[in-house]
This record gives sequence, C-alpha cells and structure tokens, in this order.
Amino acid sequence: MKATTFLRWEAMLAAVLIAAFIVFSMLSPYFLSVDTLSDATFNFTERAIVALPLALLIIAGEIDISVAAIIALASVAMGLGSAQGIGSAGLVVIGLGTGLLAGCINGALVTIGRVPSIVATIGTMTLFRGAAYAVLGDRVLKDYPASFATFGQGYLIGPVSIELTLFTLFAILFGVFLHRTRWGRVTFAVGANPVASRYSGIAVNRYRFALFALTGLFSGVAAVLLTSRLGSTRPSIAQGWELEIISMVILGGVSVWGGKGSILGVVLAALVFGLTTFGLGLMNIPGIVLSIFTGLLLILVVAVPALVSRR
Amino acid sequence: MNAARSRISDSARRDLAFAALTLVLFLAVTWAFPGFATPRSVAGLLDDTAILIMLALGQMLVIMARGIDLSLAANLALCGMMAALFNRAWPDAGVAPVLALSLIAGGLLGACNGLLVWKLRLPPIVVTLGTMSIYRGTIYLLSGGEWVNENEMSRDFLAFPRGELLGISALSWISLAVAAAFGFVMQRSKTARDLHAAGGNPEAANYSGIDPGRMQFLAYTTCGAIAGVCGYLWVSRFAVAYTDIALGFELSVIAACLIGGVAISGGAGTAAGVVLGCLFIGIIRSSLPLVGISAFWQMFINGAVILVAVLLSARQRQFKRTILEARA
Repeated sequence: MKATTFLRWEAMLAAVLIAAFIVFSMLSPYFLSVDTLSDATFNFTERAIVALPLALLIIAGEIDISVAAIIALASVAMGLGSAQGIGSAGLVVIGLGTGLLAGCINGALVTIGRVPSIVATIGTMTLFRGAAYAVLGDRVLKDYPASFATFGQGYLIGPVSIELTLFTLFAILFGVFLHRTRWGRVTFAVGANPVASRYSGIAVNRYRFALFALTGLFSGVAAVLLTSRLGSTRPSIAQGWELEIISMVILGGVSVWGGKGSILGVVLAALVFGLTTFGLGLMNIPGIVLSIFTGLLLILVVAVPALVSRR
Repeated sequence: MNAARSRISDSARRDLAFAALTLVLFLAVTWAFPGFATPRSVAGLLDDTAILIMLALGQMLVIMARGIDLSLAANLALCGMMAALFNRAWPDAGVAPVLALSLIAGGLLGACNGLLVWKLRLPPIVVTLGTMSIYRGTIYLLSGGEWVNENEMSRDFLAFPRGELLGISALSWISLAVAAAFGFVMQRSKTARDLHAAGGNPEAANYSGIDPGRMQFLAYTTCGAIAGVCGYLWVSRFAVAYTDIALGFELSVIAACLIGGVAISGGAGTAAGVVLGCLFIGIIRSSLPLVGISAFWQMFINGAVILVAVLLSARQRQFKRTILEARA
C-alpha cells in the first residue's frame, strides 16, 4: 500500500517533469539546447546536494532550518582563509570542516540539550548568519585562487559539469544508503516512532546527531561549490535557500511528520524545481515572483495529501 | 487547582527574576554611559522597541497555541505596502481608513495561516514558511518593485505615530496600551485561558470541550491583525515602503518571545515576560553603538540569546516532565 502510493507520487513528479520540459521548449526557442540545459543544472545542483541529507533528517522526524546560514558561515570561513593565502585544497577542508562543525552544534543542541530541532535551528540560523554579518559587515571577500573556480565552474566531460557529476554521485550514494542498508531502515524507524525505536535498542540520539552532522557537512559541500561558482562571498550569500531546499524535500514526497520518503522523489523534485525556475527565468519572470510559486507549491504539496486523506 | 496556582507563581517568579536582570543590564549601561538614562533617550528606546513589543505579543499567542508564525514580517511588509499605496491613491482619506485597512488585511492574512493549520492540520512551520514567500512576492506584484517614498505620503499618514503626549510618542503609547490589554485579557478572559489549556495539553483540552485547532486559528488571526497594523506604523515611522522592509524581523520577534519565557512547546508565556524580553533586546541594541560594537553584531547576539534561553527552558521542562513523558 505504502509502496504503491509512493510510486504514484514519483510517477506524478516524472510526468510533471516531462510536461515542464515540453512546455518550456515550446515557449522559448533557447530552451532546448545542450548548452542551455547544462547551464540550467547549475540552478539547482547546490541546493539539491543539501536536500539529500536533509531528506534523511526529515524522514527521521527532525528538521534543519539553518542549512543556508551554514553555507554562509562556511563561505565566510573560506573567504577569510583565502585572504590568509591558503590554497584551494585547504579552502575545501575549511569549508567542509565549518559545515561539519556547525552540523555537530545543531546535533548537540537537539540530542544533549534536548531542544526541539525547529527552535534549535532557528537559533543557530540566527547565530550562524549573524556571525557571517558580524565578521564581514558590508565587505565582500573575493580573493580566491584561480584554481578554486574549478569546483563550481568546471566541466568533467563536454557539457557535464563537476557540480552535476557530484550531485549524481551523492544521489546514488544516498539512495543506496536509505533504501538498501540497515541504517536506512533505522532512519525510517526513528522517524516513524522514536520511542519504539529506542525500546528496540536503537541509539536514537546517536542517529539524530549523525544526521545533523551529515546535513552540516553537505551544507559545507554546497558552500564550496557556490563560493567557487560565484568567486565571492557576502554575508547575504544563499539567503532564503532554506525555504527552497525544504520545499524540494517536501515536494519530493518526504512526509513532514517523518517516517516516509524516498531519494528518487527528492531527485525528481529537484529536477522539477530547477527546470521550472530556470524556464520561468528564461521568460524574464523575476525571482521574487518565483518565490510566490515556491510558497504555493510548498503548501499545496502538504495540503493535497491532507485533503485526500480526509475523504 | 493546586497545580494551576503553582504554575502561575512559577511564571511570576520567572518574570520577576527577568525584570531584575533587565534592570541590572539597564543600570550597568547607564553606569558606563550616563546619557543612556535621560528621559529623552528612554523615550527613544521605548519608541524603537514599540513595534517589536506588539509583534512579540501576537507571536506569543501563536507559540502558546503550539504554532509558530514565520510569515509575520512578510505580513507586516505587505500590509505596510497596501497602506502606503492606499494613501498614495487617496491622500485626503485620513488615518482611520488606513488603520482599518491594515488591521483587516493583516487579520485576513493571519486567518489564511490559521485556516490551513486548523482545517487541514498542516504543520505550522511549513504553512508559514510558504505564506512568508507568497506574501513577500505579492508585495512585488502590488508595487511593481517600486518604492513608496516620504514625498508620496500624506502629512496625516506620517504624523500619526509621531504625535507626543508627556514626552512619549503615540507609537509608544499604542504599544503600551496593547501590552496592558494583553496583560489584562490573558489573565481574565475565558478564551485566553482556553488558549493556554489548548497549548499546554491539546488532548485534555479537546476532552474538556475546547477545540485546539480553533484556538490556533484565533491566535494566528489576532497575530496577523497586529502585524497588519504594525505594517502601517512601520511604513509611517520609517517613511518608506518597499518589498524588503522588515526582512528577517520575524526572527527578532521569535527571539524576544523565547527570551521572554514563552515555551516553544506551547501552553506557557506571559505578556509581562514578553515585554521584558523586547526591552532586553532593545537595551542591547541601543547600547551596542555606545560600547563601540558594530550594528552587524545584533543578529549574532540575538542568536546567542535565543540559544541560551531555549537551552535553559529545555532543562527546566526536562526536570518537570520526565515522569509523565517518556522521550526517546
């Protein structure tokens, strides 16, 4: 029963994806070319890379609203490192390390401090973004070494970007982890019923902590890619991304009450999201109007199943 | 009955302790910078904090009912823009229709949140995250991305919050009146007690004939109406309206609530505590430039204070509830 409803959800997402593809190629003559589509992937890969671990976290019944602020903090840390003359490899270590550390702080607040994850990450979101502003103020950091641009701007083969390759790789890894390993099943169990999981001998808090750390680490990955692509850091970097990333996860069929979801759904939702925003952008619709669309989509996605289940 | 009495004295004790802490902070700043305590600068502090106080009282209702309103600042900005556009179109209409418009529009926007949470039982955080970006986007659609500047606002529109009585601005008087009304209503009215009960234990409230969803709806609607009026006050006070006004201000509001002792798990909070929380933030904000710390630190300090406040309240809850609730 559960499997079939989710198959239906993912089939629907795939249908929407194909429909969006057809509509945009009819509306804009520039849409259907390899270069354009390759450009379009930059529109969502960084966000989608954070959506993968966040999906696990939401399936486990928690949430992290601080992901975009972690990206900003990690980007500022890399910018400061770069100003000290640290090379590209060192900057990646700084970016990933900052993300991991920030994720561990979230994890500690929720497991050791016993603060509900919504409040804890609203607090750390303010703290991390605030730290980025406190350090940078209205300055911009942009003295990145030339080789650092490879991660966000480079291509692996032909039109296939390094970002897209990484996303594909991570999506497969997360898919296998969630759907094929014991830990994946534990993630579902913890989200569906934490108390029962605890009684069955699962170290629930250790899982939660690990998932928060993982989400922080991947926010660090996104920070490396985004900073490398933009070549500059402002404290407002990735502002509002938490909404888009959470929307991707929920649009992908992950239940906000925990215990349900699939990586395939999240990947499809990321594609739908990226393609639609890119297509609307091609038609000169400003970003703030897109946010109406994102907001409506977010509410519809949780409202429709609620309406259906009432019947 | 006994439990209820001890709960009340608990929160009163907390409010008193917090009042003492705020007073110590105020005296410490005054000791270092004597100019801080002049009547003029205290009136300025109150004027700066007035909008935060009103919004935080609205948010308190929502959090007490086990919700959260992240769309609060977007609601404020949208109603502020509506007020400014209305005033530009009918400059001679006076302040009363502008107040009515922003109150009703804000109430309706809040009711949208409330209905989705009540009737469809959607998670408050997802609903208000969604409406937050819908409301923001709508401002752009209404204004076409343009600013409404001071020279496009009528004299009455600008003068209303600036009027003074006994050296204190009309804006401050309004927020004091709202705070006093909250203090009174939260103690005396049956609906407020129902809200308290529904947030504290929705199931038990349901069995005693209170609909927790309806309480959430009322809380969201009230909170939205307050945000709407604050939208006009904000636009008038800063004499400008554009898409991004009060961007991120919902976090300051939530910070003020959490600092003021509103429990995020619902059912607990006092108007006095919230007002103190706002004053606490206000004192820190206005003393930062005196101490020579850049205003860019404000957000970081807010974050740190939120975390300390929630950690302390989580610890308190743990001691009280471990017997009743097995948490994994």
